[in-house]
Amino acid sequence: MALKSETYPIASSNDVVRVRQIARLWASELKLSLVDQTKLVTATSELARNTLEHGGGGHVTIEMVENGLRRGIKLTFKDSGPGIPNLALALRDGYTTGNGMGLGLSGSKRLVNEFDIISDVGRGTTVSIVRWK
Amino acid sequence: MDRIPILKVGACLLVTIQVDMHDELAMSLQEDLTAQIARHGSRGVLIDISSLEIVDSFIGRMLANIAAMSRVLDAQTVLTGMQPAVAITLVELGMSLPGIKTALNVERGMELLTEYIGRVGEPEEGDGPEE
Repeated sequence: MALKSETYPIASSNDVVRVRQIARLWASELKLSLVDQTKLVTATSELARNTLEHGGGGHVTIEMVENGLRRGIKLTFKDSGPGIPNLALALRDGYTTGNGMGLGLSGSKRLVNEFDIISDVGRGTTVSIVRWK
Repeated sequence: MDRIPILKVGACLLVTIQVDMHDELAMSLQEDLTAQIARHGSRGVLIDISSLEIVDSFIGRMLANIAAMSRVLDAQTVLTGMQPAVAITLVELGMSLPGIKTALNVERGMELLTEYIGRVGEPEEGDGPEE
């Protein structure tokens, strides 16, 4: 259940910076530990950059969510880009179709509690992550 | 576009990253540093990241690239002041930073570099032919 929700565009590298800062703000509002904040913001940075560079831009929805007594932050990154043909390959450490280190997807997955990805070739990709307090 | 200042301290270059860098800024730092190492013949590069709250794979790759390019130009790179939360996250992200030495703070980092430069700068023993 979402308690509050905001959506931001990811269309430039400045947007990636802004989205990081917003994630940091929400994470500290939720009083996540410093390490958990850092992990969430780092995962946000990776996925926002993916949205920009591989997805051709898109947007992110950030939500304060609740599951019983738990509260958390959920970020959903959506683009209408080329999509990912082989998800299993994309989720492997070191696999990259760009100039990166291939850690964006696989690394982000390790940094959060929940990670979901849906991708349709030619339609786009949606990645969502949750960090619970 | 803003540029991150690079200071020359003797045979070393000193950079302190105090802003949340967007990707282009990180790339221009990489280029600027490499150009300055070549221009001054610097032997050491100290990058202070004590203000960086986030090091993601892009920044990590930039740092690794700087270290690799410095190496090719015969300079040693030292990273100082990495925040503990950043270190923990980097490990979990799966990033190693090959070829980069780290130090707790700028003083220790300069000591490390001075030692490296001093050691490499000394004439080798037994260079001449044995009589």
